[in-house]
Amino acid sequence: MGIHIIKMPDIGEGIAEVELVAWHVKVGDVVAEDQILADVMTDKATVEIPSSVAGKVLALGGTVGQVMAVGSEVIRIEVEGAGNLKENTAPALVDTTQAATKVVANTEDHKTVAATHAAPSAVASGSGVVPTRPASATVAARPGQTNTALVRAPGDKPIASPAVRRQAWDLGVELQFVPGTGTAGRITHEDLQAYVARAAQAQPAGSVDQRYAQRLDEQTVPVIGLRRKIAQKMQEAKRRIPHYTYVEEVDMTELEALRAQLNAQHGKERGRLTVLPFLARAIVLAVRAHPEVNARYDDEAAVETRFGAVHLGIATQTQGGLMVPVIRHAETLDLWACAAEVLRLAEAARSGKATRDELSGSTITITSLGALGGIVTTPVINHPEVAIVGINRLVERPMVRNGVVVVRQMMNLSSSFDHRVVDGMNAAQFVQRIRGYLECPATLFVE
Amino acid sequence: MDIQHTTLLVIGGGPGGYITAIRAAQLGIATTLIEGEQLGGTCLNIGCIPSKALILAAEAYHQAHHFMGDSTLGIHVEGARIDIAQTVRWKDGIVARLTGGVGALLKKHGVKVVKGWATIVDGKTVDVARDPADPQPVRIQGEHMVLATGSVELGLPGMPFGGSVISSTQALSPERIPGKLVVVGGGYIGLELGLVYRKLGADVSLVEAQNHILPLYDEELTKPVAASLRKLGVQVHLGSTVQGLNAAGDAVRVQDSTGRESELAADQVLVAIGRVPRTHGWGLEKLMLAMQGRALKVDDQCRTSMRNVWAIGDLTGEPMLAHRAMAQGEMVAEIISGKRRHFAPAAIAAVCFTDPEIVVAGQSPADAAKAGLDCITAQFPFAANGRAMTLEASDGFVRVVARRDNHRIVGWQAVGVAVSELGTAFSHSLEMGATLEDVAGTIHAHPTLGEAVQEAALRALGHALHI
Repeated sequence: MGIHIIKMPDIGEGIAEVELVAWHVKVGDVVAEDQILADVMTDKATVEIPSSVAGKVLALGGTVGQVMAVGSEVIRIEVEGAGNLKENTAPALVDTTQAATKVVANTEDHKTVAATHAAPSAVASGSGVVPTRPASATVAARPGQTNTALVRAPGDKPIASPAVRRQAWDLGVELQFVPGTGTAGRITHEDLQAYVARAAQAQPAGSVDQRYAQRLDEQTVPVIGLRRKIAQKMQEAKRRIPHYTYVEEVDMTELEALRAQLNAQHGKERGRLTVLPFLARAIVLAVRAHPEVNARYDDEAAVETRFGAVHLGIATQTQGGLMVPVIRHAETLDLWACAAEVLRLAEAARSGKATRDELSGSTITITSLGALGGIVTTPVINHPEVAIVGINRLVERPMVRNGVVVVRQMMNLSSSFDHRVVDGMNAAQFVQRIRGYLECPATLFVE
Repeated sequence: MDIQHTTLLVIGGGPGGYITAIRAAQLGIATTLIEGEQLGGTCLNIGCIPSKALILAAEAYHQAHHFMGDSTLGIHVEGARIDIAQTVRWKDGIVARLTGGVGALLKKHGVKVVKGWATIVDGKTVDVARDPADPQPVRIQGEHMVLATGSVELGLPGMPFGGSVISSTQALSPERIPGKLVVVGGGYIGLELGLVYRKLGADVSLVEAQNHILPLYDEELTKPVAASLRKLGVQVHLGSTVQGLNAAGDAVRVQDSTGRESELAADQVLVAIGRVPRTHGWGLEKLMLAMQGRALKVDDQCRTSMRNVWAIGDLTGEPMLAHRAMAQGEMVAEIISGKRRHFAPAAIAAVCFTDPEIVVAGQSPADAAKAGLDCITAQFPFAANGRAMTLEASDGFVRVVARRDNHRIVGWQAVGVAVSELGTAFSHSLEMGATLEDVAGTIHAHPTLGEAVQEAALRALGHALHI
């Protein structure tokens, strides 16, 4: 008679310790090969520990709830023949009687834990724990079943050729979970394929429905060209600039009435006006009182350059991504000239014909998603500028005016400022000034 | 300041750096490589390659000298001489061909090579001083940065490099062979170069603090090397530490393990006590990266503690081997291109080009025992190998270490003339997870040294044929 020690198997993924959640045997029990001895839990899954030998349980290596290190003794079993305990090895780590009494004391916990983990252990198969037996046998015997035993002794690395390792990485499979049928437990290409196929099969019922089919495909999209530029610009802006975002609602009823009037009167010959030219004009007027927002800030040189001219960037969606064509000297344009310029630039940007000049040199930027404008946005400043004004959706909303609920056309403005050079007070005053112009549109023209 | 942009910025053009750049370029990543000296790094310029060239020259000269006496081969040579200046020119020619080749490869793949010393500005940016006279550096910004700055020679605190105290770099370009050379350090660098100088005619003394040469290898493996040192007349002082030069500067003061001091006369002192990661002098400290001892700490994907900053090669510590750096570099380039990779080799072979050579891959018997593996070990001596005899090189052996339970091979070691080439077979069998039966069942060409590999496996299985 010899003593066989079963150690806590390596569950993979760098897990160094597991919690013992249930014992299925007690000291003195006679166990058969493959009989489940205990359940252990990692933060990902519950795993069953089967017996690799037949014999009588001599000692349990821990109590329920105990956190045990991978490689520590789980159980000692008296077996026919030699066993794997060497003569000179230190005696058992846990006093048998003590362990036994503790298990008895914990019986209630044990039951609840066993009951609760039953379901998860079925699901855990996907995360793939592997049988002790060669995979070919296992797969044939219980196809698609959850395999919650382990294949390798603790500390043993999965052995696979470099090509198999590479394929496993490509597939996102941890080789630790793949049973190896090759000589000395080597994992072959076939083992890997069988494992992947089994993982696909072992999905919960209902997954045959294509609408809920699990998808493992992924696409790598190179971030290049304009996309990369946008990424860099955005990163640069967010990394360098402490954004301060201010949102205010604007009553657009008056301005909308004027816009409708102008479009009815002049729409045919001069072109239709959107809100944008009005906002552009409001900004042109507002920056006169707030030159600090119509500026570019060179933080390395610690110099903010304020501009008399208003070169208005208009964030524009194109096929390739976001572009910002620039209305040069917006202060010189009337509503229709501005509208025409916006149209021309947007077209140039979308068709890729915009020149470098038309795409650079802005001093302040407007961003608008039109009908998709939402309630609030947090615009990202077009670095090295210091302010960006965003337009939100224009909607009819009930408002209280002089104690009466009335329907007004309301629109929010969401604006961001570089808080290093624009104080909150200045930013607020600037937006309030724009609001003033928009709510009382006559002031846009009478100075 | 004008900023150049790239996707991948590689700092250092040694084996790790240039392989990273080539692989990245193959994968379509815009890559800039910065190198302050010649491409090829320590390996091509002042390490592996030039030392191997000198080893060949020294051995050939030594052979010729040997043939001036009584030769069992019946060859007689008269008046063998060496023109060391020509030898160094020849070595420099090989180095130039190789470094030029690296430059051509980089160019072919479209890697932008910037010549100059990089200084880190932040985790994505470096300033490159191209010319010490030009104070305005070039600023280059990359989305990814691979740090591959290699290592530097470690000096002795009490005996800095300069004058008669030379480093391995200087030892590889001798103007003349000194009459008396003291080598400090019995590792592979000290031994390789000590043997070169001995064979070129210098009186060589070797001082090693530990109690045996090549302290990283077991004594069985180093015994044939120790025997060869004795035979060649290299005086070996083990368990001894160097105290510094004497007042006249013509001898090294050495203290042995009993505390007794003596002086070893020296025209030159070669300090070869090891190499340390090059972590200073280029602004690395600005990134505040996690360290592991003197090396940069990296995970199994060569990621440092800062996102998109990677480190490979000697900078990441032991083993400081060119082939490790190259494999890491290739992997990092692939990860950056979006592939899933890990640095998980089964083994990294290491070679000492001593006389005789030593090659190891995987676990030694002691390593395996420490890891708790129950292993079989078997040796096959070259004395029983026909090819070794025809090479006049029957010293040494091949040793295999395999698990007793499933016979999977976990390590190989060999010592003998020209055994470095066996490293290929060793690594291959370890990476493939071969068992003793796999190697024993492979026909090895006759007559070659490789037959000893097969025979070692057979012997482990209990049925070697030639012993």
